[in-house]
Amino acid sequence: MSGISYSSYKPTTKVGKWMDERLPVGRMFHAQFVDFPTPRNLNYWWTFGGILSFCLMAQIVTGIVLAMHYQPSGEMAFDSVERIRRDVNFGWLIRNLHAVGASMFFIAAYVHIFRGLYYGSYKAPREILWIIGVIIFIVMMATAFMGYSLPWGQMSFWGVTVITNLFSSIDSIVPGLGTTVVEWLWGGYSVTGVTLNRFFSLHYLLPFVLAGLVVLHVWALHVVGQNSPMGLDVKTPSDGVPFTPYATSKDAVGMFAFLLFFCWFAFFLPDYLGHADNYVEANPLVTPPHIVPEWYFLPFYAILRAIPSKLGGVIAMFGAIAILVLVPWLDTSKVRSTKYRPLYRWFFWLFVFSCVALGWLGSKPAEAEYVFWARVFTFYYFAHFIVVMPLVGWFEKPLKVPGSITEAVLAKNKGAAAAAPAAKS
Amino acid sequence: MGPMQRSMKRSWLNGWVVAIAVAGAMAAVLPFSAANAAGDSAGHAIERQEWSFGGFTGQYDQAQLQRGFQVYQQVCTACHGLKRVRFRNLAEPGGPMFPEAAIKALAASWPYQISGELDDQGNPIDRLPGPADQMVGPYKNDVQARAAQGGALPPDLSLIVKARTIETHAPWYSHWFHMLVDVVTGYQEAGADYLYALLTGYHDAPAGVTVGDGMYYNTAFHGNQLAMPPPLIKDAPVEYQPEAGVKATLEQNARDVTAFLAWASDPTLDTRKRLGWQVMLYLLITTVLLYLVKRKIWSRIEH
Repeated sequence: MSGISYSSYKPTTKVGKWMDERLPVGRMFHAQFVDFPTPRNLNYWWTFGGILSFCLMAQIVTGIVLAMHYQPSGEMAFDSVERIRRDVNFGWLIRNLHAVGASMFFIAAYVHIFRGLYYGSYKAPREILWIIGVIIFIVMMATAFMGYSLPWGQMSFWGVTVITNLFSSIDSIVPGLGTTVVEWLWGGYSVTGVTLNRFFSLHYLLPFVLAGLVVLHVWALHVVGQNSPMGLDVKTPSDGVPFTPYATSKDAVGMFAFLLFFCWFAFFLPDYLGHADNYVEANPLVTPPHIVPEWYFLPFYAILRAIPSKLGGVIAMFGAIAILVLVPWLDTSKVRSTKYRPLYRWFFWLFVFSCVALGWLGSKPAEAEYVFWARVFTFYYFAHFIVVMPLVGWFEKPLKVPGSITEAVLAKNKGAAAAAPAAKS
Repeated sequence: MGPMQRSMKRSWLNGWVVAIAVAGAMAAVLPFSAANAAGDSAGHAIERQEWSFGGFTGQYDQAQLQRGFQVYQQVCTACHGLKRVRFRNLAEPGGPMFPEAAIKALAASWPYQISGELDDQGNPIDRLPGPADQMVGPYKNDVQARAAQGGALPPDLSLIVKARTIETHAPWYSHWFHMLVDVVTGYQEAGADYLYALLTGYHDAPAGVTVGDGMYYNTAFHGNQLAMPPPLIKDAPVEYQPEAGVKATLEQNARDVTAFLAWASDPTLDTRKRLGWQVMLYLLITTVLLYLVKRKIWSRIEH
């Protein structure tokens, strides 16, 4: 979409003109964040992209301040977090914002992903945009996992032990390789302060990798343009509105509403999304009765435990994320938006239900009934991608999709005016 | 309403119908969950208590923290330390707020000394604590504590309230509702509820239950057998100052010392919630203003 690069930017100052002839940063930003045409019918689910950018920046800012006070060593880590809570000015606030912020980041990411799945935002020409998104999700998970190890409480320590140990399952393919990988990750023969130290280093590095990936994600988005609730692209000027002030003003509302939710947890429920066990210092000699990962990993943890073989479980767990990469090609429907897919809609909500159910089951001990249902929902999780997406796309007769965004908007407003003529003055 | 809009309305409705239908079907085929909810090993549900610091507006009760400290000092210090709290913290706002002079006197009369420092000859010394020092317990390290306690380790109590919780055993179909209620009411007092239940949970073992040597039967403790002897005594509670106007009972002692330990594990709670409301108010007003701005901007076009 070459039309998107159009810019009405006109530098008005001498310095602005001088700069524009040498490095047109202002022109670039003006084209991408002021003139950029955004569909005129985006709903509030589309504000989560901006919310996610905010989450990443907030995590980086609070994280940098925390790193000024944090001591990444097996002996000092737990104490230093407590000193941040108690002795650093507003340390309790920074620490709560960072810890709660991780959960909020994932809530926003899951909304964003399900929005993409519902409206078919992964379909051509947005495959690369979608795949970059999946990579962002994976890097986010790695960052969050290592971040949770840093307070060096019991759940930190045992979470790291359980998850890093998963790689030892490679031993059943290449004997010795898994063990080697695990020892290489640990920096020794067990999880120690050495492991913590390297996780801290990577936890500081990966957010900047994320920032780079986000730039690519936004770049890809601005090349192909945004999808819309009807699954239609901006094709004519009347389909779109300038990003500023339209999208920016709506994004601002979404972001502040989200901040209300964020701050409710950060100020009134700072420990609700964590584990009480993580207020006990890491102790290699005492295993907690239930080792549970953070809530945002629970669906994948349930899939891991649903498979009877260790290697199989590990493959299924990573496969559950990796399969997202193939979604643009697994979905065979000609229609993007689930709005116009009367049959697929049912399966979409069943998929959402399966993910939530897996999350709940992941928090439960691996006992008979729970494992049984985890298997049922794991089966559907994969069946949704491998069976439902290709087959429903072929057999389903979609509803009639409007010809353009403009047509749909005008028809909707005409319909509303006809239905309630008194309302419109 | 055009035909397209009607179909869209229906599409949303269908989504909900699916969700409800699936939930209904699940309710019919998942009877195990209810059985599981009741099948907890302890057999005694831990009751939630009323705390002055509970919910999203609660704040510590200064008088209660002072009484709680008194119980802590007279009972808990025999075995436990409170190393993340310093004597000066007892004078700070949001805590028991004892007068500075009382803190100095308290630190100087503390039964345990600060060790690990050197004199100017390089010899290790023990010295009396000052206001800036940690509220240490009787043991210099865990090995010494275990040796003195027959193998059991009395944990440091600085974080005990944050480090404990109540397991939720709600079945799957109502679990989300309990979670929602807790989020909306700002329930964060599971640790305090647990500790109160533990301190008041010593009973004679029921018939047929053998309590191990040096162990005590407790209804709140996981597995019901606890190495800590009952710290509070029903017939001889810690007596409060007459001017406090509070009758000393085992339950009152337990309630007060739990509040004190809740403060020890979360000393910035008062500030946190007060600031929280200012932040919420700011965000709420800004969100409304931004929404009005957005509406004004979008009124220029049909959307």
